[in-house]
Amino acid sequence: MSEEKNNFPKEKLFSPKNKRLLSDPIGKDNPITVQVLGVCSVLAVTVQLKASLVLAIAVVAVMGLANVIISLLRHGIPPRIRIIVQLTVIASLVILVDQVLEAFVYDVSRQLSVFVGLIITNCIIMGRLEAFALHNKVWPSFLDGIGNAAGYGSVLLLVGAIRELLGSGSLMGYQVIPNFVYNFGYVDNGLMILPPMALITVGVIIWIQRHRDRALVDVS
Amino acid sequence: MEELVSIFVRSIFIDNMVFAYFLGMCSYLAVSRTVQTSVGLGFAVIFVLGITVPVNFLLENYIIGRGALAWLGPQFASVDLSFLSFIMFIAIIAAMVQLVEMLIEKYSPTLYSSLGIFLPLIAVNCAILGGSLFMQERNYANIGEAISFGLGSGVGWFLAIVGIAAIREKIRYSNVPAPLRGLGITFIITGLMGIAFMSFMGIEL
Repeated sequence: MSEEKNNFPKEKLFSPKNKRLLSDPIGKDNPITVQVLGVCSVLAVTVQLKASLVLAIAVVAVMGLANVIISLLRHGIPPRIRIIVQLTVIASLVILVDQVLEAFVYDVSRQLSVFVGLIITNCIIMGRLEAFALHNKVWPSFLDGIGNAAGYGSVLLLVGAIRELLGSGSLMGYQVIPNFVYNFGYVDNGLMILPPMALITVGVIIWIQRHRDRALVDVS
Repeated sequence: MEELVSIFVRSIFIDNMVFAYFLGMCSYLAVSRTVQTSVGLGFAVIFVLGITVPVNFLLENYIIGRGALAWLGPQFASVDLSFLSFIMFIAIIAAMVQLVEMLIEKYSPTLYSSLGIFLPLIAVNCAILGGSLFMQERNYANIGEAISFGLGSGVGWFLAIVGIAAIREKIRYSNVPAPLRGLGITFIITGLMGIAFMSFMGIEL
């Protein structure tokens, strides 16, 4: 609990340190492009922006709450069984999210199929619980959870938008590219809808990010 | 029998865990630096998928599915516990991984020393939970089909990770642009491998 001593009890809710918890994961410490955690679902659900948005919101909800719960329980969890405790907490939250999605956005929930369940094994959530929530107070843990989930969600939305725009010429299901462009002979790139292009899109995003921020370049 | 072979081949090539559904990408990216370690992890995944998918199949069909408790008596026929499936599946997976780890440690110390460090990682590998969830979604008819689906998915994952590890070993000697090194190029190669695997798509089995 060494980190805890640095957190003075009178610290303001949005002190610079807490703000950094929220903003770092969106940019230079992004869970997907830098930490490489939780990649599976980014690739699979990003054919359309709508599905990406729903999954991003689901992950923000699960991760914020899971971090809070684990942080509240952090003194009561025996270290030997912490993984199973974390899995149980996450799985219960995911069940809630799944039921809510089925009740309110049934068609998107069908489209996401197994990937709602796979939030359980999303490595970012486990990773942040292990690395942060187990050793920190409730409020910073909550911010850390929201920040990381937002970093994850932002990549999800970016990839979803690129793929839907280039692959079907629409965003959120609405046609964006006007008809006269098609009349001039523009054709949607059908390749973007296929699964492998998600990987290549993420690869290119990583390339651009590391090109702009040389500190992230992998030297090995 | 034909049905089983067809499910096995389908889940290796057409519905490949990595290239068609991107499951287990975290460990796929993290452990694929050398062929030797990726072979170890690949075998562990085949092993665990081959066990957890049939066990979860039994759980789904005799305990938590809609009307699965009918064998207890007619008054249980309308019970539907399927909302519990996520938490039950992950509990079974964690328990099975622990059990397998203990059995291997007891009976085959050599295998344990090569697989040992990977086994705890596997409990949170999405390919394993994904296997069980796909099994639930596709409604396989009997346990034989569930076993062949589990093993087939494992073999598909094994092929993918060994393939990428071999390519990454070679690509170390190539002149990759600096920002693409490591992660970026691995993503792009996986994408290209996925396009290659798509050529299996039209095959009717």
